Amino acid sequence: MKKADLSVQVGPLKFRNPVLLASGTVGYGSEMSEFIDLNLIGGIVTKSLSLKPRKGNPPQRIVETPAGMLNAIGLQNVGVEEFIKEKIPFLKKFDVPLICNIAASTYEEYVECTKILTQEDAITAFEINVSCPNVKEGGLQFGNDVKAVGKITAGVKAVTNKPVIMKLSPNVSYISLFAKVVKEEGGDAVSAINTLVGTAFNIITRKPKIYNVNGGLSGPAIKPIALAKVLEIRQSVDIPIIGIGGIMNWQDVIEFIIAGSSAIQLGTVNFIDPAAATTIIKGLEDFCMKQGIEKISELTGSFII
Amino acid sequence: MFIIKALVEKVIELKNHIFILKIFSPEIASIINPGEFLNVKVSDSNYPLLRRPFSICDAEGDFIFLMFNIFGEGTKILAHKHKGDLIDILGPLGKGFNLLGDFDTAILVAGGLGVAPFPYFIRKIGKSKEIHSFIGGKTDKDIITYGMKNITISTDDGSLGIRGNVVELLEQNVENLKSKRIKIFGCGPNAMLRELRELSIKHNLNCEVSTECAMACGFGICQGCPIESVNHPDKYLLVCKDGPVFNMRDIVI
Repeated sequence: MKKADLSVQVGPLKFRNPVLLASGTVGYGSEMSEFIDLNLIGGIVTKSLSLKPRKGNPPQRIVETPAGMLNAIGLQNVGVEEFIKEKIPFLKKFDVPLICNIAASTYEEYVECTKILTQEDAITAFEINVSCPNVKEGGLQFGNDVKAVGKITAGVKAVTNKPVIMKLSPNVSYISLFAKVVKEEGGDAVSAINTLVGTAFNIITRKPKIYNVNGGLSGPAIKPIALAKVLEIRQSVDIPIIGIGGIMNWQDVIEFIIAGSSAIQLGTVNFIDPAAATTIIKGLEDFCMKQGIEKISELTGSFII
Repeated sequence: MFIIKALVEKVIELKNHIFILKIFSPEIASIINPGEFLNVKVSDSNYPLLRRPFSICDAEGDFIFLMFNIFGEGTKILAHKHKGDLIDILGPLGKGFNLLGDFDTAILVAGGLGVAPFPYFIRKIGKSKEIHSFIGGKTDKDIITYGMKNITISTDDGSLGIRGNVVELLEQNVENLKSKRIKIFGCGPNAMLRELRELSIKHNLNCEVSTECAMACGFGICQGCPIESVNHPDKYLLVCKDGPVFNMRDIVI
């Protein structure tokens, strides 16, 4: 029997399969390469980069919650310069699309980072993080502001010929309004969703468990929310969607694709099973074969409501 | 580094709510070093979701041993494991103790469950060095001597050994021990490690400690377990990858 075609198109981007690894859950590739063959996955989204290195938040940065986890890493990263010098040479060794995630504190910084990084041939596309809930300045303050998201999309697009994916925040009333402005300003796709703002308290000390007080909630707990946000975008805006949020197995991937995603990203599951991508890709192949689905892309937005 | 489903051989309750889990894992037993750790998924369900880090307590033949107390949902599930159950282990992870080097006497300082990494340490170091173990706890209920050697005990309430904390206990003995070439190895709560730092600086002693931090992955990608670096104050070290064992002079606790 002929193998199912898992390749997908996300705007101008082509991936060999719809399974990408989400920013902040794959580092810069080297640790994950011990567990999986990076040449077999759809794509890698690298840890959020800022212009200069960021130290990140003090501990405690992580706390487990029912079927999920809160994190407030605070965008710890090596900065653009070290990324180019130290991280890209390793990532170049693999035949896998490299999506570079950028998180900045100002509009100018988003543009400047993109301008520098666009010169790197190894980078296939950009994912712009306008939705990090864990730093005081930047991130979510943009993600909550339709105009700011539009301005950043246009600004970044103006300095690169590479595809630009805007990573949207779920901490808004209507995510589709943000997807709409991304499309209007020339963005090539959206990824949805980033983490949800959450917190947790120690009942003895009465202090927040996380130093930053709030963290970003991820994991299977947020999957139904993420699916609803993907569906909302799909039903109101004609823009490719990369679905993210609590995907643990291939069944979850199919659900996200049916809801309207062209591709998906694995996040929290990488922490628990760094080889999850391999198992999930195999599961998708088997499912398509059994269901007689020739191309997995046929399933995108195939919901019956 | 492996991700394996390993068979539980048995769970032994050492004393109130403190357990040893014996697991069949020749792959890990043959390569793991003292002070390194394993990240364990206690069940297939999403609750608890994350793995739990445990330092290697001992390894003998084809078996590995983990020590734990009942702290939350994950450890409760572990305590109820039976022979033949499978558990999902990721490891060995991290950097362990440096057993080589210029010392002839290892001073082990453990607070409460901080004894966990030392039985394997003692086994590995064998007869090549002298061992002195200083073990402290709040009360006699917290004192664990499993796998330890040449033991002196302190408790906060005086219910076992001398009254006081374990670093005070060491302080009382340190002058006698200084006639030998000693190195301190510590594991316990941060408050204890901070006092141990003071003591090691005061007496100019080499000291390695095993640290602890909430973490998700255990191998460096989540960046959830930062620890302050003395040499590079502008960036954190990671407990999981750069540690969990550090030279006391390299970190701020």
